[in-house]
Amino acid sequence: MLKIQKLRVKIEGKEILKGIDLEIDEGEVLALMGPNGSGKSSLANTLIGNSKFEVESGEIMFVGKKINGLKPDERAKLGILMSFQYPVAISGVTVREMLLASLRGRGLTVSALELKKQIAEEGERLHIEGHLLTRSINEGFSGGEKKKLEILQMRILKPKLLILDEVDSGLDIDALALIAKNVDEMAKTGMSVLVITHYQRLLRYLVPDRVVVMKNGVVVDRGGKEIVDKLEKQGYKSYE
Amino acid sequence: MSKQTDNSKLLEDKLYPLGHTDDVEYSFTAEKGLTEGLVRKISSLKEEPKWMLEIRLKAYKKYLEMKMPTWGGDLSSIDFDDIRYYIKPKNQEAKTWADVPEAIKNTFEKIGVPEAERETLAGVKSQYDSEVVYGSLKKSLSEKGVIFLSMDEGLREYPEIVKEHFGKVIPMGDNKMAALNTAVWSGGSFVYVPKNVDVGLPLQAYFRINTERAGQFERTLIIAEEDSKMHYIEGCSAPSFSSASLHAAVVEIYVKKNAKVQYSTVQNWFKNVYNLVTKRAKVMENAEMRWVDGNLGSHLTMKYPSCILAGRKAHGEVLSIAWAGAGQHQDTGAKMIHLAPETTSQIISKSISKNGGRATYRGMVHMVPGTWGSRSKVVCDALILDEKSRSDTYPVNKIQENEVVLEHEATVSRIGEEQLLYLMSRGIKAEEASTMIVNGFMEPVVKEIPLEYAVEMNRLVGLEMEGSVG
Repeated sequence: MLKIQKLRVKIEGKEILKGIDLEIDEGEVLALMGPNGSGKSSLANTLIGNSKFEVESGEIMFVGKKINGLKPDERAKLGILMSFQYPVAISGVTVREMLLASLRGRGLTVSALELKKQIAEEGERLHIEGHLLTRSINEGFSGGEKKKLEILQMRILKPKLLILDEVDSGLDIDALALIAKNVDEMAKTGMSVLVITHYQRLLRYLVPDRVVVMKNGVVVDRGGKEIVDKLEKQGYKSYE
Repeated sequence: MSKQTDNSKLLEDKLYPLGHTDDVEYSFTAEKGLTEGLVRKISSLKEEPKWMLEIRLKAYKKYLEMKMPTWGGDLSSIDFDDIRYYIKPKNQEAKTWADVPEAIKNTFEKIGVPEAERETLAGVKSQYDSEVVYGSLKKSLSEKGVIFLSMDEGLREYPEIVKEHFGKVIPMGDNKMAALNTAVWSGGSFVYVPKNVDVGLPLQAYFRINTERAGQFERTLIIAEEDSKMHYIEGCSAPSFSSASLHAAVVEIYVKKNAKVQYSTVQNWFKNVYNLVTKRAKVMENAEMRWVDGNLGSHLTMKYPSCILAGRKAHGEVLSIAWAGAGQHQDTGAKMIHLAPETTSQIISKSISKNGGRATYRGMVHMVPGTWGSRSKVVCDALILDEKSRSDTYPVNKIQENEVVLEHEATVSRIGEEQLLYLMSRGIKAEEASTMIVNGFMEPVVKEIPLEYAVEMNRLVGLEMEGSVG
């Protein structure tokens, strides 16, 4: 599904990813862990095509296609979507308007009414209060509400590769379990997931197939979910 | 430079579908420039009562004495001697659609008058240059005693009402353009809503400037008697002419005890028009006045709808949007004059500037001594879309009473990279994403105007945004 080779990325002249190799298969849940500043979120932003992150060298292949030069909307259309760590508020734009534009942009015929129903159903499933769904996106939302709204969008847009960037920050344990359950369901239908986190908590609910650990812009460890337990006991000190 | 050319082509081809000129026969076209003789001629052609001629002549003197404002926009390139102050189309006002001359009908069809009328409107008045040539009012409204006429007809048929109210909310000496309007006014609407009558559907007027260098000086007087309710919509468009046109209107509104009036404007004058308009309402006890004002077109607009809150618990509101594109300056705002206790007001002003456009908010809240218990809230938000464009805010608060509350919020923002990335990461193209952000910004005001205008406004913004993201 996704294959990253020798990826080097800089932001404002400073190199932050120093040769990353990473692969994710179809339907696979890959956990990307590492301490703050290790480059996890930078990798996520590079994958969605955030123009602040400049690819110096290396290759990003997605479903057999090189996507290095594609814009964020083009990547989204191919099926790469991210749940943001800090989703922004957009005044006067509702989640329905945005999703309608997204789906129609892909050439799908969607009725506004049908979408409204779908949003209401997903909202209920994720325990999002109804009145939030008709408000401007993320405006006046709590941290947890924002994260749930991100997952709601993902459930409707149905990515091939879902990137969860620190989805666990600012969530209570019930919300965390709920989000994990909803993502897990989607993964079972063949969606690949890149879970970025520096805590272990989330991974108890969303069990990864493989774990990759990053530090200072390079991969320092790869393996199975036993790495999560190791990190829980020893922290990131073992990679010093 | 090539960008300039593209932009003007966009205007000609797409953005300004109403940019056309129709051949209309005129029965009287004044020489260019203004003289006392012309003021007399206008009054005599209209067969006005003597008192109106006297008002016109007095106003003409005021006009000569007064200075052009030195604040606001640049007015130096208006050549007042190069303007025709009065043009009378040959066709007199027609009452039914069938009587409307073909050329004028075509114009109306282009701007969608009959459709609008069929669908939602209670009555249509359209000003074609200086005279109203087509007007109608649903029968049920005239049975309730609602009067909706051109100002000229209003003066002919209800001289006493006009005499009692004309020039009282906006005196001729208020500003130079108000003096000019008072001297040469022609057309505009006269609306009278009797006590306890709710007009229901909005009354609507279309104004057009159709003759090159035609100044348009329409005069509107609205009187809402006690416990009445009405909504008036003014839509403006002008064809594309190369030399500058002047539009200097005066709108006076009386909102009597417990009455409610909304006056909505969507103006899209062509980008060479000077739009210098004075609008003011006098709001009595427990009455409500709301101005909703969308300014998209013109070269320069100077317009500050005002409310004089003269009775206890009177409420005034101004909701406005200004769009300043290339070569445009929108100098707009609002004035709230609190004269009585427990009066409340709210100003929400949103502006967008792009391609070197300039948007200025200029507003005033004045609370005189004895206005205890009054509140006012002012919110000015500016969105600047590129480095070349500009936005300024000049709020003035004059508070002479202690027991009052005044809130003021102002924000200036650019389209955030983060917002753009967020929408694009959902699969939305950059251009569409920017348009969504701009429309979202305008939404609090746009939702207050009738749907057909809101749709038009969003469409125009979409066209303005085209090609804006590289």
